[in-house]
Amino acid sequence: MKMFVCVKQIPDPNTVVSQLDPNTKRLVRSGVSLVLDPGDEVTIAAAIKLRDTIGNSEVTAVSMGPVSAQEALRRALAMGVDRAILVTDPALAGSDSLSTARVLAAVLKKENADLILCSTESTDGYTGMVPGGIAEFLGLPQLTFAREVKIEGQKAIVKRVTPTGYLIVESPLPAVLTIASGSIEAIYPTMKGIMGAKKKPFTQLGLADLGIHPSQVGEAGARERVLTIGKVETRAAGQVMKDEGDAAQVIADFLRRYQLL
Amino acid sequence: MANTIWVLVELEKGQPARSSLEVLGKAAQLGRAEAIVLGSAAAAVAPTLGEFGADKVYVHADAIYDHYLTLPAVDTISELLKQHQPRLLMLAYTYELRDIAARLNVRHNMGLITDAADLQFEGDTLQVTVPWGGENVVTATLPNAGTGIVLTLPKAFAVEHHSGKTAEIETLNITSSAESQKMKIVDRVELPSEGPSLEDASVIVGGGRGLGKAENFHLVEELAAALEGATGATRAIVDAGWVPYSYQIGQTGKTVKPSLYIACGISGAIQHISGMKGSKYIVAINKDEHAPIFAIADLGVVGDVLTILPQLTQEVKQRKSQ
Repeated sequence: MKMFVCVKQIPDPNTVVSQLDPNTKRLVRSGVSLVLDPGDEVTIAAAIKLRDTIGNSEVTAVSMGPVSAQEALRRALAMGVDRAILVTDPALAGSDSLSTARVLAAVLKKENADLILCSTESTDGYTGMVPGGIAEFLGLPQLTFAREVKIEGQKAIVKRVTPTGYLIVESPLPAVLTIASGSIEAIYPTMKGIMGAKKKPFTQLGLADLGIHPSQVGEAGARERVLTIGKVETRAAGQVMKDEGDAAQVIADFLRRYQLL
Repeated sequence: MANTIWVLVELEKGQPARSSLEVLGKAAQLGRAEAIVLGSAAAAVAPTLGEFGADKVYVHADAIYDHYLTLPAVDTISELLKQHQPRLLMLAYTYELRDIAARLNVRHNMGLITDAADLQFEGDTLQVTVPWGGENVVTATLPNAGTGIVLTLPKAFAVEHHSGKTAEIETLNITSSAESQKMKIVDRVELPSEGPSLEDASVIVGGGRGLGKAENFHLVEELAAALEGATGATRAIVDAGWVPYSYQIGQTGKTVKPSLYIACGISGAIQHISGMKGSKYIVAINKDEHAPIFAIADLGVVGDVLTILPQLTQEVKQRKSQ
C-alpha cells in the first residue's frame, strides 16, 4: 500500500510566541527556531505503525514550504518514513489553506496514493481545513478525528472522536485520514535512524512539475485578505507567590475570598 | 438590500445544537438569516428556528445525513449554491461542520475564514475579527463577489430569542447520490462522564505537562471532584495520550468560561490560553516562575504541583465539611 503523510514545518510552539509581520501580514519565520509540527510526529508514528501492521507498504512524507522545510522532512525520515517529497517554490509564499490543499493534492494524485494521513490541524495555524480540502480535490472520502485506525482489505475503519464519546466510521480506500492523537505512542529518532535518513530518497518539486499555475496559489490565489493587525487586550497579572509549604492554605483563602469555595 | 446569510444548523440527538443557534442569532443581526437543517429530525426542528432568528429554513428530512458523514450535506449545500448566491455561509466550529466547510470551500472556490470571534459589514466590506497567536487580533475580509464561508469560535455569540417570529419553510427535493454514501457510521458510543461537562462547569481544573506523567493526572481529577468541577487538559498531554481529545481546552478543543479555572502544571502556551482566558478567576500552579500562565493568573503559585495538589484537595474537602 502506498501511504502518505502530509507534514508541516512550524515555529517551535514550545519556545516562541508566533508573530505576524505587520507589513507582509505573514507568519514571522526569521530568527525563530523551526521544527516538524509535534502533531505531525504523532501522525507519522501512526503511519509507521500501520505500515508495519499491513506489510508490503511504504510511507512517504510530503510537505509544502520553504527550502528550510527539508529539515522537518529529514526528521520524518529519521523517525522511519521511507521517502520524502518537498514542494517548494517562491510563488507559494502567502498560500491559504485552499492553495495548500491544491498543491498537496497534486502531488498525491501524481503518486497514486492509497492512504493519506494528516494531523487534525497544524499547531501554528489551527484551521484544520487542509485535509478536507485535499480529499475534495482528489474526490476521496475523509475520515477525520481518528483515534484508532484499522485497515481491512480495501476498507478503513476508524474510531472518530466526538465531544461525548466516539463513532465507528468505515469507508472504502483510497481515503484521507486525520489523526486526533491520543492512543499513539511516539517514535524518537535513533542515531541509526538519523544516519540512515541521509540515504533515503528525497525529491524536491516546483509548481511547474505539478502543472499548477503560480496565479492559482500563494498571495495571488488567496481569497482571504488581512485588513489590519492589532494587539489584543491582555488580562492583568495578579499576585504571584512562592510556595513555602502554605500554598494550599493561600489558594483556599483566595477561593473563600471570592466565594468560590 | 440586506445580505442573505446561510447558517447550517447541526442536530444533536434530534435537537438543534446550541452552537448552531448562537451562529443563527448572529446571522439575524447581520442580515437575512436562512437556516439549512438536514437529517431525520429536520422537519420537526425547522418550524422552531424562526424563534432563534431564521427568516427562512431549508429542510431536508432524510436519514441519509444521520448515517453518512459529511458528503451528503456537502452535496446538498452544493446543489443549493447553484440556485442561490447568499453573501455568507456561517458555521459553528465543530468537528462535523468544519469537515463540511473544508470541502465546500474547494468545490466552489469560495474563500474561507476560521476562528472568527466576531464579524460585521462596514458598507459592503465584510470584516471578520480573528484572535491570532494570543497577542494579536486580525481583521480579515473575503471578496465582495460570491459566497464566502466563516467558521465562528464556540461561545462567540449568545443565543438570540425572537419571540413569535415564524420562518418561511422550503422543503428540499434533492436525491443524494450513491457516491456520497461513503463514510458510513457503523456505531455511536457515548462514554460515561462524571460530574459537569466542561462547557457547563463553573469550576474547571486543567492539567498540563508539568504533572510529569499520565499516572499523576488523577491528582487533577481529585481536586476537580472536591470542587464539584470538571477536568480539562492542554493539547500537549492530549497529544501525548494521557487523556482523551475531548478533554482538550484551547484554540482547537473547547473554549471554556468558568467562574474558576485552576491551571496545574500548565505553562500557558497560546493554544491553551485562548481557550480559557475568559475564565472569571484564574489560579495557576507551576514550578517555573517565568511560565506565561502567571501573566494572566489572578493568583500564581510557584511550586511543585505534585506536592501542592493533594494538600489543596485535602484543604478544600476540610473547609467544605466545616
